[in-house]
This record gives sequence, structure tokens and C-alpha cells, in this order.
Amino acid sequence: MENLIALLVAAPLLGAAVLLCGGRRLDAVGHWIGTVLAAVSFVIGIVLFADMLGKGPEERTLTQHLFTWIPVGDFQAEIGFQLDQLSMTFVLLISGVGSLIHLYSVGYMEHDERRRRFFGYLNLFLAAMLLLVLADNYLLLYVGWEGVGLASYLLIGFWQHKPSAATAAKKAFLVNRVGDMGLSIAIMLMFTTFGTFAFGPVLASTGDASEGMLTAIGLMLLLAACGKSAQVPLQSWLGDAMEGPTPVSALIHAATMVTAGVYLIVRSADIFNASPDAQLVTTVVGAVTLLFGAIVGCAKDDIKKALAGSTMSQIGYMVLAAGLGPIGYVFAIMHLVTHGFFKAGLFLGAGSVMHGMNDEVDMRKYGGLRKYMPITFVTFGLGYLAIIGFPGLSGFFSKDKIIEAAFAKGGTEGWILGSVALLGAAITAYYMTRVMLMTFFGEERWRNQPTASPDEPSAEPAAEHHGAHAEPHPHESPKVMTIPMIVLAVGSVFAGGFFSIGNRFEHWLEPVTGYKHGNPPVSALTVTLSTMVVLVIGAGIAYAQYGRRPVPVVAPRGSLLTRAARRDLLQDDFNHVVLVRGGEHLTRSLVYVDHTLVDGVVNGTAASVGGLSGRLRRLQNGYARSYAVSMFGGAAILIAATLLMRGV
Amino acid sequence: MSAPAVHSLWTTAAEPISKIDAPKIEYGQLSPTLIVIGAAIVGVLVEAFVPRKSRYHVQLFVSVVAMAAAFAAVVALAAGGYGTTKAHIAAMGAIAVDGPSLFLQGVILLTGLIGVFTFAERRLDPAAHGNRVDSFAAQAASVPGSESEQAAVKAGFTTTEAFPLLLFAVGGMLIFPAANDLLTLFVALEVFSLPLYLLCAVARRKRLMSQEAAVKYFLLGAFASAFTLFGIALLYGYAGSVSFATIAQVVDGTVPDVNPALADTMGNDALLLVGAAMVVMGLLFKVGAVPFHMWTPDVYQGAPTPVTGFMAAATKVAAFGALLRLLYVVLPGLRWDWRPVMWGVAIVTMLGGAIVAITQTDIKRMLAYSSIAHAGFILAGVIATTPDGVSSVLFYLAAYSFVTLGAFAVVTLVRDAGGEATHLSKWAGLGRRSPLVAAVFAVFLLAFAGIPLTSGFAGKFAVFKAAAEGGAAPLVVIGVISSAIAAFFYIRVIVLMFFSEPKPEGPTVAVPSPLTMTAIAVGVAVTLVLGVAPQYFLDLAGQAGVFVR
Repeated sequence: MENLIALLVAAPLLGAAVLLCGGRRLDAVGHWIGTVLAAVSFVIGIVLFADMLGKGPEERTLTQHLFTWIPVGDFQAEIGFQLDQLSMTFVLLISGVGSLIHLYSVGYMEHDERRRRFFGYLNLFLAAMLLLVLADNYLLLYVGWEGVGLASYLLIGFWQHKPSAATAAKKAFLVNRVGDMGLSIAIMLMFTTFGTFAFGPVLASTGDASEGMLTAIGLMLLLAACGKSAQVPLQSWLGDAMEGPTPVSALIHAATMVTAGVYLIVRSADIFNASPDAQLVTTVVGAVTLLFGAIVGCAKDDIKKALAGSTMSQIGYMVLAAGLGPIGYVFAIMHLVTHGFFKAGLFLGAGSVMHGMNDEVDMRKYGGLRKYMPITFVTFGLGYLAIIGFPGLSGFFSKDKIIEAAFAKGGTEGWILGSVALLGAAITAYYMTRVMLMTFFGEERWRNQPTASPDEPSAEPAAEHHGAHAEPHPHESPKVMTIPMIVLAVGSVFAGGFFSIGNRFEHWLEPVTGYKHGNPPVSALTVTLSTMVVLVIGAGIAYAQYGRRPVPVVAPRGSLLTRAARRDLLQDDFNHVVLVRGGEHLTRSLVYVDHTLVDGVVNGTAASVGGLSGRLRRLQNGYARSYAVSMFGGAAILIAATLLMRGV
Repeated sequence: MSAPAVHSLWTTAAEPISKIDAPKIEYGQLSPTLIVIGAAIVGVLVEAFVPRKSRYHVQLFVSVVAMAAAFAAVVALAAGGYGTTKAHIAAMGAIAVDGPSLFLQGVILLTGLIGVFTFAERRLDPAAHGNRVDSFAAQAASVPGSESEQAAVKAGFTTTEAFPLLLFAVGGMLIFPAANDLLTLFVALEVFSLPLYLLCAVARRKRLMSQEAAVKYFLLGAFASAFTLFGIALLYGYAGSVSFATIAQVVDGTVPDVNPALADTMGNDALLLVGAAMVVMGLLFKVGAVPFHMWTPDVYQGAPTPVTGFMAAATKVAAFGALLRLLYVVLPGLRWDWRPVMWGVAIVTMLGGAIVAITQTDIKRMLAYSSIAHAGFILAGVIATTPDGVSSVLFYLAAYSFVTLGAFAVVTLVRDAGGEATHLSKWAGLGRRSPLVAAVFAVFLLAFAGIPLTSGFAGKFAVFKAAAEGGAAPLVVIGVISSAIAAFFYIRVIVLMFFSEPKPEGPTVAVPSPLTMTAIAVGVAVTLVLGVAPQYFLDLAGQAGVFVR
């Protein structure tokens, strides 16, 4: 059975190789090759899952050792896989949602000339992401980590002819490098501390390392997680990443890749458990990002960017939960899975709306679309209810548990984290209601005005097929797109309940992550009721602003906070002033030092050697008599020195 | 006196004389040397009896066959175990047949063979009066610029004596590293030096410079020989013997029998130290170590370039072989006395060679200073006084000699109206005009500089490693600094060839015959093979690294 693990990675990898090397002759069938291979991976995942369910909870971990990758003395890098309940959860999510999004893309990318390449990249992403979650050591995980980074870069910049897409891809790549440095430093620290970087030995021997070292490793892992999962302070790339095609946003930048940071933290649970400082920083990062993303999400008029802010915020919840330790790991992963369903569904819905609206992304130019796109409306609406935590739907269970766990952290810390999580829930209800209302309700603001002006940076080029300047004719998307949306909507509705009834998910993951029930200072019912209250308040404010009043087509100036939020809370301005300018100053000073000091020393040395050479050269005057004198002197010195050594 | 008495006097006196033992000579084991010397004598006879027209071809044939046969003999001896298990002292104690001898003899013979090829090159200069000419004067005895010289050129004379001279030099060089007593050492020194003095004087172009170089070489060489001879005398006074083994025993205090006639001086350490220093000085002169190096640039520049290439490679091999044997076999008991002194010599040699090379403007002089710096590097390996030190020096010598031969062979190709264009400025932009020649020369320069994947790197690494392990780490540091300085002038030539604009009246690259092509190709091949896969040859040198005592 364990021999199947490698096939999980191999199937999409084969797809990537075939599609990217196959050339034009595969253009006609390439997208189906990619989709089938993604589905093959999913089926293998199901088989392994069934096998795993048949075993006792403690015997479920499978390992597969392929070969030794880098054998150098004590440094043994292995290619080996480890499939346990945590990896299994991810495998099913990645290959399942991945397959659905492959299917959706068949329709969405229908008119794109480079569709085969797109599917090649998607398969490459799947392979790398599966490698990331299946690796049995940090170094191989790092390979997958860089692989998904590469795929993300390629797909964000897929429409590379648009400068904005190329820039966004570069930005994502560069910001991720910072996080990747954290991961590589963490791996180096592990190797120097434990002499290995395999999960088993490292996590089993955390007791041997000092707390300071564990905190350092934990913080470096957190830095890596911040980069990949768009957490403050490395959050700035995610909004721009929406330049990529919408299926990419759904799969990579909502459901799977951006959650890799959460996986990394939960996988390294033993390191974080042993370092309260690292845990505290993790919860702070999660709490700050949770609010940050939510506030940004409130102000965006671009539907994908509003959803991107939401993603950031929801991952903030997961990171917060992961920072809480054993009382939170399970819920972090549970929210990750439910979020995978409803956020992917929301993005696919957004894509469907854009598909019907000449690729317009500005929600102020939507309105009243529920009549024209009923399936999209229903699936999007279910996703909406799930994300705001409507009772009974997926998000309700997973988010509620995180808020409870945050309160259960205890002390002032617990109160602060819990309140922030609660506040985040209110804002979530606000911005999602806003998105919902602006898109599907209200006046049909798209009538009688030109859509997507040609210089609109985020307009997708497929618009040409629909006639960019004509009034849009909203229509429902083809079945190949709506079926994945329906499947995901079903997941959005039922996954949370399925996981929570009888605490199934806790029992499932407990052998890997450990689980401790946290007792909040107030009763769980009070927490749930408070959540409901803030939900109603948030949604109510949004309704008052966007439901009862008409939405202006041109965005009003707005308050200072709104304007800041539209600019992503000035993240880029901050980065520019502090990092870019600072970096420029640093490089200029270094260049100055290099030119004057370093070159000075080097050139000075060279000049003095040259000068010495010129002087010594004069000894070579061409006269045999001088040469003979030199030899005689040399012989005299030689003899004298030899005698001197003996002291004769 | 009566007649019977006279008769009895004759008869009684005659009897004991007939009992003199004939010396026992192991002809088979000495065959490499004997073949080469024999061929040299045949070469002299060829000069005397073969018509002038066909001398060139006959001499070339004799030389090549002799070198190849001698090399085959060396290989056969090595395969027969004479380098390792059967190593012993042959010819009544005069010649050592052991690993280092055979290894170095093999290298010298291959060097000599390639030397023959470059000597025999006749396509580089334009034909004079319908006769193909080589690098040597039409008639060495004629005064430069005189009518007799013109007549000789017109008659199509060539100095085919160069071939037997080369064979004699090689013969001496074969004995030099194998010599096991001081007299044999001295005879071998003179046997290979005198032909080289002559060969330096017979350049076809720039004859005055060539003759000046030869006279300087001869004067200074004689001066150095005098030191050596005096040192030998002092050592004899110290030990009562010229045999390496006996001297070593006296140094160690384990001498079996004391010669009563020398009882007064025997064991006088002053004699030993002064004598040893003087003999070593003579050898340092031959390898071109500072401060005994001053002849090198002038002679390298003035000598015909094929001679320079042969001399630079083979002399160094032979002289370092002799130096190794002297220091490892005769004076190991004295190493605490000679090591510090040799340290000093190695340091000034490495630094001096590298620094002065920077300001050279003539390619042959630059290579001469480069060879001085390399002598310093090799000395660092000699100083290691470990088996690894010996084998690393052997490897370095093998690697270095092929690079040197190849580099000087390339120098012969780049020509203008005045013969070889050796001024560096004329090499500007050569890479644009003749990319292949420039690339080949660049390979040699990189090997000189010790860049990885060339034999120079493998050799330098082996030598420095041995030196560091032998307790000479500071020498290695200085060696690396010198290498860095040296890299400057090697790479400057590469930059000049590839990144400068060619001059309008720049030199042309002559198309050589297969002879020079073979020499260059072998040089490149050995350089790359020893650089990419040195292990086999390092092992070979390692097996050959034990001296017989």
C-alpha cells in the first residue's frame, strides 16, 4: 500500500512533464490529460484513505523510502514519504479540490491559446504541493515548498504580456524568498542542533535542545509560514497575486498553497509546543493578520481582491489557532479544510461572474446578477453563508472552535485573542455581505455604461472574445464550470458538520498533532451566542450601507481608514519607504565602500606589487658579472645559514 | 741482470694483474641510458658520413627511435618491478634503479621525444633559397651577418648536429636523477649541460642574442659547477667516500669502516655542512631557484624556442630528481639543518619569480620567471620530507613539463617578419584572429596558474598538501599568495589575446607540420587528462616515490 504514495506525486508530475515538453501536438487534448492525471492522484488518495480507515488510529502512518538523495558524510538527505492523518487530510484536499479546479479550468481557459501550458503548470503545482505535504523530512518539504513557489510564480504571471501580471508574479516571488530564507535557516539550525532534518528524529528529540534554539527554529519556521501564507509582515504579495487566472486564485491562492504555512506550523507542533515564545509570536501574527486582511477586504471594490483580503484573514484564524498549541492544531486544520471548500467555491463563483460579465472585476459595476446566474448565485451564496459562520454550515463549526480555543488560551492573552477573533468574525460578516449585496442584489449597475476600459490593469485578456466595450450580457457559465462549484458548495455546507459531529476530526488528527480540550473562561454556548450576535451586527451594518442604499458606481472618497484600506493599509508604501529606499541606501553605501575601501586596498596592493616588480627587475641588468655576484652572494648566504642552523 | 731473472721478473709481475675483476654492469637495467647515448654517438657518425641532404631525415629517425626505444625500456623495467620490489643500486654503486629514477627517466624521455618533434619543425619559417629551414642556424660557426653565413644559408645548410646534442643532453639527464655517487652526479651534470650550452647558441634568428645567452649560460653554469665540485670534494673529505650510501652512513654515525688516511677530517661537521650547501647550490642553479636564477630569463629568451621549451622542462625534471635524491638519500640525517635554509630559498623563489614576472613584456621572459616561481612551488614539496612530498614532486614535474613544452611550442607559431613575435603587445587580439591557437595557449596559461581541471591545479594541490602535512604550512600560505600574484600575469595574457583589438600589423600564426601539432596536442591532452582525472597518475607517482638506499 505504501508503494502507492509516490504515485500520488508522480501522476501530476508526469502530467507536467508531458504537457510542458509535449509541444503543440498536445494542444487539443492537453487540458484533459492534466485533468485526468489530477483525478488519478485523487483516486489514489481515496484508495489510501480507505486503507487508512481500516487500521487502528496509532497504526495509520505509512512511510516509503525511495532513495538517498545527497549522501555526504553525516549529511544524509533522503527522498522518503510519510503519509499520516495530517498528510492524508491535505492529500484529499489538494487532489480533490485540485481535480475540481482542473475541470473548471477546462471551461474557464477555453479561449486561451496557452491552455496546455496552463494545465502543465497546474499539474506541476499539484505535484509540488503533494510533495510538500508527503515529505518525511524538512529538506524534501523544502523542495516541494520551492516547487509550489515556482508554480505560483508561473501562474500569477501566466498572462505575462500584461505588465501588471509580470510585476505581481515577481513581487510574489521576491516576498516569498524572504520566507524561504526562514525555512532554509530553520533547516540548517535543525541540522546543527539535531544532526538531522527528518521529521521523526527532529520532533522526537526536541527535549535535547535548548529552549532558545527551539524558539529560533520556531520563529524561522514562522517566518517561512508568513511568506507562503501571506501573513503580516509578508502579506503584501497576495492581493497582487489575483492578477493570475481565477482558477489559480481559487486553487493556489485560496485553498491550498497559502495554507502550506499552517501545515508547516502544525507539522512542527513539537517545536512550537516546547517554545511558548514562538507560540506567542505565532498567535500575535495570526491575530494581526486576521484583522488586517478583514479590514482590507472591506474596502476593496475588486471582487477578487476582496476575496484575497478574506483569504488572508481566514488564514490568520488558522495561524492563530496553530499558535494556541494542542488546543488549536486540530481546529486550525479543520478550518483549513472547510475554508478550502468555501473559499475555492467563492473564487470559482467570482470567476463565473467575471466569465459572464466580460471579465469585469469591479463590484460597483455588478448588481442584481442573481437573476442571470442562478447556479452561481446559489453556490456563491452557500459559500458566503459558510464563511461568515452561519449556524449549521461549515464555517460555523470550524471558526467557532477557533474562537473558543482562543478564549481558552487563558489569562489576558486569551481574552485579547478571543476578542480579536470575535471582532474578526464581525468584520468577516460585514465584508462578505458587502460582496454578496454588491454582486447579486441591488440595481443592475452594469447597464448603460462601458465596462472594462482598456487600461484597466486587472482586466483579463480573454475579454477580447466578448467585445470589451459592449454592454455585458450576464449569463450562466457552462456545466464544466458549474459542476465543480456545486460540488464545492456541498462541501461548504456539510463538511463542518460532518467533521464536528462526535468530534470526528479531533479523533482523526489527534494521533499526529495531539489534542487537548481547551476550556474557555465563559461557557462554549456564550461564545457561540456572541459569535452569532457579532455576525448579525456585521451583516446588518453591511445591509444598511449596501442593501438599503444604492451603491455608487464611482467609489466615494471615503474615510481615512477606507482610503488606507484600499491601498492595502499602506503595506506597499511601508515596504517602499522602509525596505526599498533603505535597501537602495544600503547598496549605495556598500558600492561606495567597495569602490573606495575594498578597491583601494586591492588596487593599492596590486600597485605596490607592481612597483616592487619594477624595482626587482632592475637587478636583472644583463651583465653576467652581476649574475655571478648574485650567485656568489647567494651561495655565501646559503653556506652561512646552514652553518648558523647548526651553530658550528 | 741475467736473462732468466729478467724473464722471471716479467712473469712473476704479470700474474697478479690478470686477476683484476671486471666491473659488474647490469646492461639491461641501464638500457634506457645506454640506448640514448648510443644513439647520440650514431648521430655523430651520421654527421660525419651521411650526405648533407639526407642528414635531417636520418637524424630525426635515429632520435625518435632512440627515445621511443629507451622509453619502452623504462616501461619494461617498471613493469618488471625495478621501480618497487626489485629496486637496487646498479653499476657498482654508481646508478640507482628505483621508482623515482624510472619515473623521472620516463618523463625526460617523453619530454625529449616531444623536444625532437619541435626541433625538427621546418615549416614555420619561409623557405630560404628553396630549402626548408628549422629553428637552428645554417652554420653555427659562421659570424652573424657575415658573408660566410649568407653562403651557408644559400647552400641550404642546417645544424643537424642539434639532434645528437639533444640526445647527449637527454643521456646526461637520464643519469642525473639516478646517480648514486657524487662523481657520477657531476659527470652527468656536465654531460647534459654542455650540449645545452651549445644548443642555446645556434638560433637561426637573433643570432647575437642567442650567442650572448649561450655564453652567459656557459659562464654561470661553469661557475655553479665549480661550487658543486668543491662541495663534492668537501663531502669526500668529510665522509671518505663519494658514495651516497656511505656518506649517509657517516652522517648517521653508522659507518662500517674508517679510511685511516682521512681520519683527521672524517666526521667534521663543518665540512659536511659547507660541502652539502655547495652541492645543493649547484642543483638549485640548475632548477633556477632564487638567487641562482639570474641566467634563466636571458637564456630562455635568447635560446631557440624549441631548445628553451626542452630545456625548461627536462632540466627541471632532472635537477629536481637529483636534488630529491641528495636530500632524501644522502642528507636525511641533516634535515634539521637544511630545511630552514631551503624554506628561505623556496619563499624567495616563489615570491621573486611571481613578482618580477608581472612587469615582463616578452612572452619568453615571462615564461622564464613563471618557471622560477614554479621551481619555488616544487621546492615546497621537496621540503615536505615525506613520501607524499616525493610523489607530489614527481607528479608536478610530469605535469609541468608537458605544459611548458606545449606553451613554448605555441610561442614558435606566432611570427612576424622578424621571426617569432615574442613581445606581448603583439599578442593582442590573437584570439580573434586565431581562436584555436589562442585557446590552446589559454589552456596552458590556466594550467600554469593552477586553475582546476588542469594538470597545474592537481600538481599544485598535491605539492601544497604534502608541504602542509609535512609541517610547512607557512610555505603553503606564501605559495598561495604567489599563485595569486602569478595568476595576474597569466590571465593578463588571456585578456590580451581575447579582449583586445588586434593590431593592424600584428603577427601571423604559422601553420605547423604534424610534428609541432603533435607536440601541442600532447601537451593539451596531458594537461587536461592530468587535470580532470589525476588519480591514476598520482597513484603511479605514489608507487614510484620510494628511493633505494
